[in-house]
Amino acid sequence: MTATVATRRRALRPGRVVSYLILALVAILVAFPLLLALSYSFMTESDIVTFPPPVLPVRPTLANFMTVLDTIPIGRYLLNSFVVSSAVVIGQLLTASLAAYAFSFLTFRFRSLLFFVFLSTLMIPWEATIIPNYLTIRDLGWVDTYQGLAVPFMATAFGTFLLRQGFMQIPRELWDSARIDGASSFRFLRSMVIPLSRPALATVGIYGFLSTYNQYFWPLLITNQTLMRTTQVGVAQLRFEESARWGVIMAGVIMVAVPTLALLIAGQRQLIRGLTAGAVKG
Amino acid sequence: MRWTARDARSLGVGLAYLAPSFLLFAAFVFIPLGRTFYLSFFYTRQSGAISAFAGVDQYVDLLTSQIFHSGLIATALFVLYTVPAGIALGLVLAVMLNQRLRGINVFRTMMSSTIAISASVGSIIWLLLFNPSLGLLNFVLSLIGIAGPQWLIQPSTAIIAVSITTIWLTLGTNIIVLLAGLQGVPEEIYEAAHLDGAHGARLFTRITVPMVSPSLFFLLVVDTIAVLQAFTQIHLLTRGGPVDATRALVYSIYLDAFQNFQFGYASTQAVILFVLVLALTLIQFQVVERRVHYQ
Repeated sequence: MTATVATRRRALRPGRVVSYLILALVAILVAFPLLLALSYSFMTESDIVTFPPPVLPVRPTLANFMTVLDTIPIGRYLLNSFVVSSAVVIGQLLTASLAAYAFSFLTFRFRSLLFFVFLSTLMIPWEATIIPNYLTIRDLGWVDTYQGLAVPFMATAFGTFLLRQGFMQIPRELWDSARIDGASSFRFLRSMVIPLSRPALATVGIYGFLSTYNQYFWPLLITNQTLMRTTQVGVAQLRFEESARWGVIMAGVIMVAVPTLALLIAGQRQLIRGLTAGAVKG
Repeated sequence: MRWTARDARSLGVGLAYLAPSFLLFAAFVFIPLGRTFYLSFFYTRQSGAISAFAGVDQYVDLLTSQIFHSGLIATALFVLYTVPAGIALGLVLAVMLNQRLRGINVFRTMMSSTIAISASVGSIIWLLLFNPSLGLLNFVLSLIGIAGPQWLIQPSTAIIAVSITTIWLTLGTNIIVLLAGLQGVPEEIYEAAHLDGAHGARLFTRITVPMVSPSLFFLLVVDTIAVLQAFTQIHLLTRGGPVDATRALVYSIYLDAFQNFQFGYASTQAVILFVLVLALTLIQFQVVERRVHYQ
């Protein structure tokens, strides 16, 4: 028995090496545009314009990053994006926790109907409402403000749905005993449900941060002043202003993409849960 | 259905918990959606204020407009070029990533990395790749004897360039969803198929594809909706051109509302977008329901 296993393992080895080689090749191909951007960010302009187009920097330099810092207020863009994304995450976690709690633990008339109304927002593309939303924000005087960038996104049907799934895993007996002990329904939410649902909250938080940080259309409409731009609009502006200097543009691209890539590596498990929640049922 | 004081109180408590979300949905989803419909029946001034009742005139104008027709064709081509290829590629890569190998997670992270990449960052990188003189794409094509086109300048290739960028941007999501689908397929099914002599391509078409068909269908709908909503790639790569070849639905809304300041006319297009997305979502619900029913 042991002998067969050992033979089989040895027999598989060349196949395994081939598997790794193919995987490595394909992975590099898929990530190639990103790796190329990283490589270009360290290239001098004179290297970039050589033919054939270079892949790796001959004389790596940090000059492009310095130029970005001198050309656009990228620190301010990053700050704006972090403030807006964090505000959206906090808002979403608050509104979605409260709503998910009502949809999972409380019983009241019209609950299913109201849940359906929540879910119906998922069928409405944001772009179909963008004209009235723009007019609303403009009339409120919220153009070029953080609240204009963040408040429209502070409620989330998808996040509420995910949190509700998480909340429903919590044993009903905990709720019953808490009620017998005289805990108010809000205290039960704060002291039991929220601490027990950290993974689901993390999923909603990471998902909300990433999608807000990566927004382009809305911040493009809602910001006019340079200093209120977010990273995505700012880096696109760099592309229009520095149209020929690809090293500088790619340095900007990398500075903008690093926070999201870090978040991907740190929160991969949560992100995957969020992405597959709608696709895989039962 | 008699109402007791208790019913009223529990409804009140429930509504209190739902109120923050509901107020936001009312302000930024439901009321604006109603206003989009309303605006589509009116002519508007540059400020967005209503100037005159238009009835269905703007719908008639839209549906008979040459620009809108080419925009619809661009949108359809965009969906056709992007969605099937993106899902097929995602499936092949997901099957490769579904092996039991040490360190497979490194490859999974690398291949799904585009989920963290924003459309604007991705578009700017592809702008460089498509560059006719500096870009690597045409250089690689020249190595195999193909004279690369002026990607973003010719109408026929501009839409392809936008589609390639979009496929790359959605690849990470497609891989993750399909990998999750593949991991849900019981091992025994593959073992049984092996015993029956199924291998390679046959195993793929007879077992793998049918078993992940729910994930494939989910992506078909979700990716189509995402392509209908695409804006950033078009804004950064082609600005809707050349000659309206990439003027897809949302970009057209942007141009008419925020460049031409015809908010009413743009709203008619937003209504069309809403109807398309709604129809796709309802089809998805129908199919999912039927699947559950069969089980």
